[in-house]
Amino acid sequence: MSEPLLELDGVHTHIGQYHILQGVDLVVPKGGITVLLGRNGAGKTTTLRTVMGLWHASRGTVRFAGGDITQSPTPDIATAGIAYVPESMGIFSDLTVRENLFLAARSVKNADRMDEARLEWIFGFFGALKKFWNQPAGTLSGGQKQMVAIARAIVEPRKLLLIDEPTKGLAPAIIQGMIAAFRELKQSETILLVEQNFSFVSALGDSVAVMDGGRIVHSGAMAELADDRDLQHKLLGLSLDNHQ
Amino acid sequence: MIRNLLSGDLPRSRLLSAMLLVVFCGLALAPFLVPGARSLNVAATICVFVVLVASYDLLLGYTGIVSFAHTMFYGIGAYGVGLALHGMGPSWWAIFVGTAGALSLSLVLALVIGLFSLRVRAIFYAMITLAVASAFAVLASQLSDLTGGEDGRTFKVPEILQPGFRLFDAEILGRAIDGKLITYYLVFCSALALFLFMLRIVNSPFGRVLQAIRENDFRAEALGYRTVIYRTLANCLGALIATLAGVLMALWLRYVGPKTMLSFEVMTDILLIVVIGGMGTIYGAVIGSALFILAQNYLQLLMAQASAAMSGAPLLANLFHPDRWLLWLGVLFVLSVYFFPTGIVGRLRTRALLRRLR
Repeated sequence: MSEPLLELDGVHTHIGQYHILQGVDLVVPKGGITVLLGRNGAGKTTTLRTVMGLWHASRGTVRFAGGDITQSPTPDIATAGIAYVPESMGIFSDLTVRENLFLAARSVKNADRMDEARLEWIFGFFGALKKFWNQPAGTLSGGQKQMVAIARAIVEPRKLLLIDEPTKGLAPAIIQGMIAAFRELKQSETILLVEQNFSFVSALGDSVAVMDGGRIVHSGAMAELADDRDLQHKLLGLSLDNHQ
Repeated sequence: MIRNLLSGDLPRSRLLSAMLLVVFCGLALAPFLVPGARSLNVAATICVFVVLVASYDLLLGYTGIVSFAHTMFYGIGAYGVGLALHGMGPSWWAIFVGTAGALSLSLVLALVIGLFSLRVRAIFYAMITLAVASAFAVLASQLSDLTGGEDGRTFKVPEILQPGFRLFDAEILGRAIDGKLITYYLVFCSALALFLFMLRIVNSPFGRVLQAIRENDFRAEALGYRTVIYRTLANCLGALIATLAGVLMALWLRYVGPKTMLSFEVMTDILLIVVIGGMGTIYGAVIGSALFILAQNYLQLLMAQASAAMSGAPLLANLFHPDRWLLWLGVLFVLSVYFFPTGIVGRLRTRALLRRLR
């Protein structure tokens, strides 16, 4: 296993009176895709938001690239190299696709100076973005908005991408395109991917962690979980066969 | 060149372009097209309100900040230059000192209000600004030795801006080139420069971040932007430009008083104009100000004529009696919000975009 990029050690997060994360221990190794699985309400999104500093951990530590980011403000965490694609996509609908990407390209002062080679690389898997480049992002379809959200996260090289349910509500044809995009992305990026679509992630993930009740209840290689139907039933209440 | 001047933010609708062109030409040629003190006063008020409303749009439409302190900054500008001219005599130095003092005070107040209050939720921020603005208006009325209290202060402007001044004896297009005309073009050119400056701001990377914050501030933070700093900067910029609008209005009126400069009525006018014109468009300030101020000044006159023409039908004549002009202004506002929920500019742009996409 390669060196850890992100480590959560006994992380607890409270939202108001609710105790959501109840001691999360998670290691995301450098390179590849780590998948975070679990039922609704297990705490997957809260884990991502806690890493991003949108909700701060009340106990435990979050370490990223060797540094403690537990109580860091969100902008500092973003500039440290973590990009977050929320489940709601969070695109800026009044701004054009170009402006959405430019806002994420923090190293350039002008939208015309975005790295063209990198943009072409992005257009390679999200061709629709080139077509709608100067169109308000709010006028795009759900799948295209998801492309904008992911493209925004990768418009510049990042150390870690946190991606929350990218296939939610998308048509099967678009999901196939996403699988191809993630396959290529994982060659160069480290991704922590939250997903409910097991057939989607089983084809992509390198390692997996399963959450339940605000804790990690299983972690290991994705291939092991994909091959073990009993374990799938035990952890997720499903088997891969039912979801293909 | 025009694209450059407008910072690449073209009207994006033929009808809107035509409307803007009419307003621009009307204001540029107002002294020659519609002679008379009243019409020139209306044109100058439109120029000042374009700046004032656009600076408010920078806060409300682009950043999502609801502030009721905008008239306070407007009043600071007007009182700054008015009191300086009253105290130091009619000189350009007094205008400079008054403007610089007013800008400094506005900057400090905007910074303090922003840093202390922009962390709280929008509604609380709105309440804080309302309290501060009300306190400032009371203070301006109470400090009568300095401000002239409720009566305000009249003052003289430098000779070249005085109505009696003649630049030369000959007339141009039947109009004397006097101090009033020079003051009008000072107001017009300053308003135009400030408007173009604001267009530049909202179309700069800074402006895009403001829009991102308005749409989703958590997302903007997750992209690495410190939203409190950006909101405070927008607050300061809006305040400084409103202050300059106040300076222009004081120079035009040669008078400052709490009712004209600091009252809540001015604030409601700004809010109405932003909504009518279209939030987050900057151009909405031009269309909204022109329509609203024209209606405010001429609706009563039009209604008097309509009422006289309908004297045969007492019910209709009574309905259009000039005393009911505020009622009809209200009706026009309700209709404009109903038919143009995103403002006139927003609606025209959306229509043009949908036509392009079809």
